[in-house]
Amino acid sequence: MTRTHTSPRLIVLAAATLLALAGCAASPAVPANTADTAAAADALTIQDSWVKAAETGMSAAFGLLENSSDTDITIVSAVSAAATMIELHETVENDAGALVMQQKEGGFVVPANGSYELAPGANHLMMMGLSAALPAGTESTFTLTLSDGSEFEFAATAKDYAGANESYEGGMDMNDGR
Amino acid sequence: MSDENLDRGAGSGAAAGHRLSRRHLLFGGAAAGIGAASAVGIDLATRPARAARRGAQITAPVAGAADGSETVAFYGPHQAGVETRPQAAVTLVALDLLPETDAGALRRMMRVLTHDAARLTQGQAALADSEPELAVTPARLTVTFGFGPGLVARAGGAAPAWLRPLPAFAIDQLDDAWNGGDLLLQIAADDPVTVAHATRMLLKDSRSFTTVRWRQTGFRRSAGVEKPGTTMRNLFGQVDGTVNLVAGTEDFDSLVWGGADNPAWLHGGTGFVLRRIRMNLDKWDGLDRAGREASVGRTLATGAPLTGSHETDEPDFTATTAIGFPVIAEFSHLRRARSENRGERILRRGYNYDDTPDASGVSNSGLLFVAFQADVDAQFVPIQRRLDELDLLNQWTTPIGSAVFAIAPGCGPDGYIGQTLF
Repeated sequence: MTRTHTSPRLIVLAAATLLALAGCAASPAVPANTADTAAAADALTIQDSWVKAAETGMSAAFGLLENSSDTDITIVSAVSAAATMIELHETVENDAGALVMQQKEGGFVVPANGSYELAPGANHLMMMGLSAALPAGTESTFTLTLSDGSEFEFAATAKDYAGANESYEGGMDMNDGR
Repeated sequence: MSDENLDRGAGSGAAAGHRLSRRHLLFGGAAAGIGAASAVGIDLATRPARAARRGAQITAPVAGAADGSETVAFYGPHQAGVETRPQAAVTLVALDLLPETDAGALRRMMRVLTHDAARLTQGQAALADSEPELAVTPARLTVTFGFGPGLVARAGGAAPAWLRPLPAFAIDQLDDAWNGGDLLLQIAADDPVTVAHATRMLLKDSRSFTTVRWRQTGFRRSAGVEKPGTTMRNLFGQVDGTVNLVAGTEDFDSLVWGGADNPAWLHGGTGFVLRRIRMNLDKWDGLDRAGREASVGRTLATGAPLTGSHETDEPDFTATTAIGFPVIAEFSHLRRARSENRGERILRRGYNYDDTPDASGVSNSGLLFVAFQADVDAQFVPIQRRLDELDLLNQWTTPIGSAVFAIAPGCGPDGYIGQTLF
């Protein structure tokens, strides 16, 4: 879990995103204390999202999730038309000392006013059963479901990447598909 | 090769030039028959005084010293790397499209490469950058994309008439290892590590669409070691590129960014020519100073025409010597490169190369002659034809590689390079 210093530019971007998201539902005069009732998805952003390009089988999605609210946000599940199933994975050392991927108990928690990094060799969205080949430059859309029931959607472009080859506790290898 | 250039070096540069010329006279004298040992002896004897005079210049920081954090805007109507003051280091890569890279794949590829370039040039790691720490020093990095005829055809677009291999010239000894290509990457920065990282990142992201056809690296003076805007010297020691188009002028806009006859997708773009010109340094060594200057029509010390005293002085082609010969010879490069037709001008943005020689010699050096012009056939080809017919410099220089690309227009933050074509 990483906390990052948010630059002024990112704050502006996050604010713009919030406005855009809020725009369709709320009048311009939003009451000051809506934080408690606002959907968690409204406070969530992602930057630098990308997917490892793959022909078949499995892949993974990465990016930096940021939470602009004063409340932790928990991501409980993810779906995408690009894969049959998506699991929230962490990478840990197993009893034999090898780094392996496993499902993250309790989901991904993006801390209040903080960030949560999804990166090769660390936490990631594990895509299983790719619906189609994901060659470089293909854009996929993901929908994250948060613990309050709200949903956060983002797009990620596939990039050729030789890493992210951690083995899966189930015995599969993320590189099998390539 | 060595006419044309923009001179900014008039101030302290001119003073340095005078001092240099004095030393060069000594060497010239040696070549003319004065004993080499005595010439060197004189040079050594005068060095301390000269060093003292130059002391202030050596220790004072040069205006415009290298700043690794300096960036060149990526987005805009034109691609960067054309108007940009030439950086110290360049890597030029030509890629060939894989057979399966269709129009859809081209779009995907150019989106990814554009995104990489947009970030790297601003000092940000590319997405999935395995060495993000190498990206944080942009050092005026620019990435410029050019499309060869094969790529335009694959995209189903209309190619400008000039987008084809140059006509054959008698002086050419082209090696196909340096010719042609479908996609050009011109990657330039004031720091070679930055260039290497950007090149690596872009090639990783090109790999599933293309193969590398050729790759050429070049260099100029490092940033900060001389006054910015000083005309470069090639490895013959010549001031190279004095008369040049200047960004922001009407001439530049029409002769580089113009090209009304070009297809609509290319408006805002331009044409690119690369000539890899081998310079035979060993043969050049056999030529004395007067011969070297006569071959070009300019002095070695300052690059001034033989009829003038400053680099930017206009040559006087009518001036004759005491016995009636032209001061600037008919066969000189300066005279042959120049056209009465003001439309036959180009932007030169070349680099030196100095590669590993084979076992037969000690040097494998030359010039990556890079020219930008809206219409290659109307601007570059006539100049090259004249030089092909007659140019004394051809005795020492040989074009060994040749490539033509169309430099696509720039794009905005929501677009990508090539979007007007695909």
